[in-house]
Amino acid sequence: MAGSVDFGASFWAMIYRNHETQAGNMANRFLSPTWEITNTILVLMVVAVVAFFPQAAFMFGTILLVPLSLILILILFRSSFMVFSYSVEGFQRTLKWVSGLTGLLVPVLLISALPITEGGFVTIQGGYETLQMTKWLSSPSVYIYMLFGLTSELFLSSLFLADYARESEERDAYQIYRKQAILFGPLSLLMAALTVPLMEPEAAWLISNLEANRGWFLFSVVLFVIGYSALWWSKTGKPRVAVVFVASQYAVATFAYGKSHLPYMIYPYLKVDDAFTNLDTFYSLLSVLIVGMAILLPGFLIFWRLFLKDRRYLQKKE
Amino acid sequence: MDTVTLSRAFFGTSLAFHIIFATLGIGISFMVFLSEVMHQLKKDNDYAIMAKRWTKSVAILLGVAIPSGTIVAVQLSLLWPGFMKIVGEVISVPFQVEIFAFFLEALALSIYVYAADRLPPNMRILSVFLVFLGAIGSAILITSANTWMNTPAGFDMAADGTIYNVDPWKAFFNPSFLQTSYHVSVSALMVGAFAVASVAAYRLLKRDSPPQAKSLHYKALTLSLVVAFFMSLLTALSGHGSGQNLQQHNPEKLAAAEGLFETQRYAPLAIGGYVDPETHKVKYGIEIPYLLSFIAGNRFDTEVKGLYEFPEETWPPFYVHTLFNVMVGIGTLLLLLAGLGLYYRWKKKRHYPKWLLRSFIFSGPLAMLGIEFGWIFSCSGRQPWTIYGYQTTAEAATRAAHVGFLLILFAIVYAVLSVLVTIVMISYFKRHPVMDDIEQFSKSQVVKGG
Ligand code: HDD
Ligand code: HEM
Ligand code: HEM
Repeated sequence: MAGSVDFGASFWAMIYRNHETQAGNMANRFLSPTWEITNTILVLMVVAVVAFFPQAAFMFGTILLVPLSLILILILFRSSFMVFSYSVEGFQRTLKWVSGLTGLLVPVLLISALPITEGGFVTIQGGYETLQMTKWLSSPSVYIYMLFGLTSELFLSSLFLADYARESEERDAYQIYRKQAILFGPLSLLMAALTVPLMEPEAAWLISNLEANRGWFLFSVVLFVIGYSALWWSKTGKPRVAVVFVASQYAVATFAYGKSHLPYMIYPYLKVDDAFTNLDTFYSLLSVLIVGMAILLPGFLIFWRLFLKDRRYLQKKE
Repeated sequence: MDTVTLSRAFFGTSLAFHIIFATLGIGISFMVFLSEVMHQLKKDNDYAIMAKRWTKSVAILLGVAIPSGTIVAVQLSLLWPGFMKIVGEVISVPFQVEIFAFFLEALALSIYVYAADRLPPNMRILSVFLVFLGAIGSAILITSANTWMNTPAGFDMAADGTIYNVDPWKAFFNPSFLQTSYHVSVSALMVGAFAVASVAAYRLLKRDSPPQAKSLHYKALTLSLVVAFFMSLLTALSGHGSGQNLQQHNPEKLAAAEGLFETQRYAPLAIGGYVDPETHKVKYGIEIPYLLSFIAGNRFDTEVKGLYEFPEETWPPFYVHTLFNVMVGIGTLLLLLAGLGLYYRWKKKRHYPKWLLRSFIFSGPLAMLGIEFGWIFSCSGRQPWTIYGYQTTAEAATRAAHVGFLLILFAIVYAVLSVLVTIVMISYFKRHPVMDDIEQFSKSQVVKGG
């Protein structure tokens, strides 16, 4: 979610770069202090997979060499160009284009790895798991996941920026982002629903599991409906309520998807239990995580107050 | 080339690129911290201006350090899946803690850069100190993983490769962790100081700088030379400690570094030259009798193991002799250079002679080169092992195809980015000359005073 908001924001910053409202500037103002944090969360994910599931790291590493390397190049360009564009007035336009387009592409590519774990794309060659590139590049399942990633990214980021605009008291920008959220909300839901019928035949096991968890998915749709309708509450909408409900919607849906994916990490080669690290390491990791979070919490709070709440920052004109 | 060689070349290239930006990020953020402190102590605005300008360069550098670090982190899994399987079991704790150092650094930097105008001076100093702490913390934590590869500890391995008896904290505090982190930290601070000195010396040599700007660059040069001198001294002393560490834990690396084949007491130190693979002698080098024994154990009769003690297939490549020589040579040269600068500043009069300023210009790049050679020495000197005594590099490497293609692609990307960073730095500081800052500061002083 953090990634969607962040990557999406750089896309909106590109779209609205010349807009007469504050929409583009606002997206930038949100991005400047936060992209590093988002990047760190990305690294946290990678490290957590290796640390908690060493065996999975082994298999993912072998299968995903090419797709992940391409993502890495995009991230490298995006982050550095974003930093550069604050420093060099001259090429700002090009730089915004690069960071906006890469921002759009990264989540799309990231999510395209998901169907790989569902079965049908990996074969054993010479004793090692290998990705079937042509099949992966030509599967409708992969493309519908990509569309789902894209619409989710744009929905979450526009919703969040709408809330941010409300906090900054930027009326015009608020209306713009609200409109985008209204458009992309149902689209993302539609894409999510479409992923199921388009799954590869090898993923039949997953579909039956998904059906078994129907209750959770229904619950997440209810959360979506409440959050979405909040965009019309008390006339101009309550973006904060919408953000909270939609975030819960994604959390519940992710949980349900994860639950359905059990016991496999990569079907049919790797089960979660086999991938898990040993207990000593697990306990050390867990205690380190808890202590670390406890120490950093005040830091996040200060950060929140300085950039997401402080009116002096929010209302700064460029 | 085979996939293993390509993977080694690929990973080495990525790290060599990352380390430039990461090390400068550590070193220069420390200089920012010092100049903020000097500003409070001396109430001299020049120091505040330095802090402001150096922070800008730190922000630009970290803009590359962070994504390139993300790349190496992911590439560890992509290129060395066999290695990461063991890492996940045993030494994942430092990687995990490192994330918190990243968070700390990211939070503090955003606060320092984007909210400086809303912070009181003490909080400003605190936040820039936290930036530095986060950066050096990252370096020390990753070094823990690297030292564990050199001196593995905290686990046992069964004949079939199963890992048991894991003690993550013993792995973290492996035998060479403290010594090596010390050497890595002080050498990073040394690089930061010399980088600042290079720029200041260059500016002082320029004829058209106005006197106020010159006075600022002069102070910057003196501050950086003091730091550079002490850090060079500590780097050399800690490097001596690292050498003794090798003698104890990785004797074949030390032997290869010195081109020593026969185990002996009163071993000589070979400087320069190269190791002849036929005759097993150092050719065209200078030999200083007894010195190697003394360095390895602080006594002339210390026995130093030669390569013949070890099976030939576990010998490191002979070129590490040159890598080691270059690192030590740079360390010695820069220590002398910084010492000479301080001598002119305090013993003689107040001016640095022109030839000295000219040689300072090269000090920053040289120091950076020292870091690069040191790491390549440390990693290549471990060959054929990735985890010393447990896993060879061939076992660690990926079997996936396309590594060569990706290596070329990334090399191009790194080259393009290096050019871009240079252009961005130059054009930023051209558009914002130091005189602008000086005038702005004196104006705000007048407003406050009046
Ligand atoms: C500015 C950089 C710099 C300078 C001037 C020096 N070093 Fe160094 N050295 C490093 C930067 C470095 C490093 C990049 O930080 C390394 C690479 C891996 C490591 O642990 O630190 C390193 C490694 C390293 C090692 C290998 C450690 C290992 O592989 O476990 C030894 C024995 C030394 N150094 C010794 C010295 C000596 C005797 C120096 C004399 C002046 C010296 N270094 C100067
Ligand atoms: C295998 C080796 C390495 C890996 C996997 C690695 C990983 C990373 C990652 C993931 C980041 C980005 C952090 C973020 O998202 O904020 C990073 C940044 C950084 N790394 Fe590396 N790194 C490696 C080697 C090194 C070395 C050898 C040093 C220093 C001696 C170093 C020092 C730093 C510093 C100072 C930063 C930037 C500041 C920060 O965000 O804390 N790294 N590294
Ligand atoms: C940042 C400075 C570093 C540089 C420039 C560097 C350079 C290199 C080079 C050149 C190689 C290839 C060795 C050869 O082909 O002879 C290599 C291998 C490797 N390094 Fe380092 N290294 C650095 C730090 C680290 C750190 C901090 C780690 C661990 C966390 C690390 C882990 C590895 C691994 C896993 C390999 C591959 C296996 C092997 O060759 O042993 N490196 N590195």
